[in-house]
Amino acid sequence: MTLSPDEIIYFTVGPFNVSATLVFTWVVMLVLVVASWLVTRNMRASAPFTRGQHVLEALVAFLLKEIQDVTQHDARPYLPFVGTLFLFIVTSNVLGIIPGFHQPAGSLMTTAALAVAVFFAVPAFGIRRVGLGRYLRSYVEPSPLMLPFTIIGEVSRTLSLAIRLFGNVMSGSVIVVVLLSITPLLFPVVMQAFGLLIGVLQGYIFAILAIVYIASATTIDSARLEAEPKSTSSQKEAPHE
Amino acid sequence: MSELVLIGIVSVFTAGITVAIGSISNALGQGRALAQALQSIAQQPDESNSITRTLFVGLAMIESTAIYCFVIALILIFANPFWSAVSGG
Repeated sequence: MTLSPDEIIYFTVGPFNVSATLVFTWVVMLVLVVASWLVTRNMRASAPFTRGQHVLEALVAFLLKEIQDVTQHDARPYLPFVGTLFLFIVTSNVLGIIPGFHQPAGSLMTTAALAVAVFFAVPAFGIRRVGLGRYLRSYVEPSPLMLPFTIIGEVSRTLSLAIRLFGNVMSGSVIVVVLLSITPLLFPVVMQAFGLLIGVLQGYIFAILAIVYIASATTIDSARLEAEPKSTSSQKEAPHE
Repeated sequence: MSELVLIGIVSVFTAGITVAIGSISNALGQGRALAQALQSIAQQPDESNSITRTLFVGLAMIESTAIYCFVIALILIFANPFWSAVSGG
């Protein structure tokens, strides 16, 4: 029984092993790119839409609304990053229903890479929105005593992002393998259907958590940024009243 | 009883206990969260969208503790470092 697609190595290029994880990540990328290209090749702005355009537009509208609800400001800067995470994870998990397909998210390498991307995206979005000084000040905000805890929190939530996705996807495939050896007739199919649900849900959760982390770096500070001038102006106006 | 057998026994037993305790406590916590969320949706159906989203995020956070237990159990069974150290492999 192979636990992880990392152990299946197709060929070696120099010091790098081209494992099943890498190959099937390329497959997912290819599926996404080709599907998007086919759909957007003849896009229309007016009534008779193609079916693919309906699907993609509904997906983008859904993502925009979810991001908008969490961040409470313009969702467009975050859509490319968060939408890519969502689409990649959901596609790779759903394609796992195809026999012979090894889900890339069943390898800790893939999920760790995604989580590290989130780890670096959070300060990047935060600094772009509130500026470097204000972002760094949020680490020592109530008191400098909080600095180590904030840093530990950032690292541990990255770790938990990676392990959560890995554990869910990998446990799904392990359960199917175990059931195949116990009751091969019906139950593996049921668990695979359940795995589809879990896969889509985990993609959603990964994307939502990424937005929540980004929002925590951008909105709290901008709320104070908007609150500060008001409080100073109200203090100035108070003597006149 | 050789060292390898002892390590094997302890590892398998601990892996089972880890998953059992991890899933029991996790199920209690998630059940509480779900019950509370359902009650909130029944009281305020208009807010069901944001309640559901927050519920999913919260459940994912709680669930990660069970996933940690599961990963540790798998490490104990399939990639036991003590086993490899003693057996030299």
